[in-house]
Amino acid sequence: MIGEFFKGLFLMIWKAATDQPDPKADFLQVLPHAIRPVAAVVLSITPIMIVFPTLFAITTWLERKGLGRIQNRFGPNRVGPCGLFQPVADGLKMLTKEDIVPRSADKVVHFLAPVALLIPTLLAYAVLPCGRNMVPINIDAGILFFFAVGASTELSIFMAGWSSRNKYSLLGAMRAIAQMISYEIPLIISTVTVVMIAGSLSLVEIVSRQEGYIFDLVPRWYVFTPWGLAGFVIFLIASLAESNRSPFDIPEAESEIIAGHLTEYSGFKYALFFLAEYLGMFAMSGLAVTLFLGGWHAPLPFLEWVPSYVWFLAKLVALVCLFIWIRGTVPRLRVDQLLNFAWKFMLPMALINLVVAAVWHFTAPWSFAGAILWRWLLCAVIIAVPYVWLGRALSGDKKLTQRTYRYAD
Amino acid sequence: MQISFAIIAALTLVSAIAAMSFRNLVHCALSLAITFAGLAALYLQLGAPFVGWAQILVYIGAVAILIVFAILLTRSSESTPQPVISRSWIAGIAVAVLVFGVLTKAILSSSIGQRELPAKPEPTVHEIGTQLMTRYVLPLEAVGLLLTAAAIGAVIIAMQEPGGKKSKVPNIQTGQSRTNPHNEEEKLKTILS
Repeated sequence: MIGEFFKGLFLMIWKAATDQPDPKADFLQVLPHAIRPVAAVVLSITPIMIVFPTLFAITTWLERKGLGRIQNRFGPNRVGPCGLFQPVADGLKMLTKEDIVPRSADKVVHFLAPVALLIPTLLAYAVLPCGRNMVPINIDAGILFFFAVGASTELSIFMAGWSSRNKYSLLGAMRAIAQMISYEIPLIISTVTVVMIAGSLSLVEIVSRQEGYIFDLVPRWYVFTPWGLAGFVIFLIASLAESNRSPFDIPEAESEIIAGHLTEYSGFKYALFFLAEYLGMFAMSGLAVTLFLGGWHAPLPFLEWVPSYVWFLAKLVALVCLFIWIRGTVPRLRVDQLLNFAWKFMLPMALINLVVAAVWHFTAPWSFAGAILWRWLLCAVIIAVPYVWLGRALSGDKKLTQRTYRYAD
Repeated sequence: MQISFAIIAALTLVSAIAAMSFRNLVHCALSLAITFAGLAALYLQLGAPFVGWAQILVYIGAVAILIVFAILLTRSSESTPQPVISRSWIAGIAVAVLVFGVLTKAILSSSIGQRELPAKPEPTVHEIGTQLMTRYVLPLEAVGLLLTAAAIGAVIIAMQEPGGKKSKVPNIQTGQSRTNPHNEEEKLKTILS
């Protein structure tokens, strides 16, 4: 019995690691009938709960190291080789810290806020296809599910900000909500283009539509189409804002409002917020990979032998590195700049991108010589002319010149 | 099936009652959000995932946030010193009983009870999309037009006209927008103090 159990377990792990379909089935046969449904759910959830928090720990180290190098310093270098065990030290510090709740805080809401933030963030992973046969549930309305659970995080941030009974907390929460609601619209509209072309809301279906290569060389990812490229850029900017990352980190701008809605949180609750923020960023990057970067498909035909989940995670980590790079490079926006940018630039560009996707779709039957070049040119003009015009109109008659420093330099 | 229904129904009812009876308006709004979630769970249980997820996206993601914003920007969230029992209760209960009676009478006397249950449809998201874009495209366009009109109306109400002349398009780089960005924060500070 015990031997069969472990044999089944190892077989399952082996099957999952080598990309075989339905790795759970054999192992479930070993278990008693009554606990099979529960066991199937637990087996789906466990990898998510292990892989993504581990990735969170690695990312905090990577981010501090990367930012350190960008700012010409070392970053953490005391705990372990190259400071690699810094996340462990951080975690222990967070766990052993005193949990302080302000006297006038709303105790129940203050306690519930981090929990209510973490649960929807984890739920979003339920529909992300991390590998060839690796999706916990393949529902018909996968994208809708993803955004529905994502929308409920806004209320949790409000709960955190309001219940702390602190000016800075409430200001941070209001800023966060205004920002997240504004950028949710371009985010969703840029994913609508993918839904239009793929003809499905299921993420598994969308990934399977991006299979194959053009001329055995260029993968059929959506980012290699004009609407996909524009949509990917819009999605990336909006997802930066949605996950409160720099340069859109004004909800927790430490030079203005201390830490926004996190001001009155300490110890493990603060760690939960931090975890939820990073898990949200991974989920967003995972969605970007799934929608535009071909999901778990390999970038070149001769690399197909590498397991699919490796490609998914590699693309995810590449996007996270891009986010870290942007954080180290771009200064923070002001509130009014942020909202103007969302409503007057991002939203029109996302709407125009819908038209581009439609044009790309309806010119697909063109078959004369060089048709693909003409299609690209047509789509590029449709997206580039409004881009230049809108950018010029919004920057007004302000002349941008190089800043001269009187005392520095 | 039955147990899950009982749990969801109890959660929805309790949170709805809580939303009516809490003294603190923000607590009421948060309980209302739980009620919305309970309704979404009921839709999901009835096999209508699209409606269920849309319910969460629209009601928790937008309506609850809107209510919370309205509370914060208009009045203090402190509880008011009114007594729980008020004299308008008698009239309120009378009206409620009357409405309930009329509705019960109307439902019982209609032919719904005698009708045969139709075969359970399989409303996939794909099917809903196809129907919306073909058979029901005109109502969809009408709703879209209505929403656009509402949005334009909101912009017109919110628009300030300095000295009756139109201001320029605000500037992304310099931030010369019509409204002072600190206005909202100023208002918040007065609410909090």
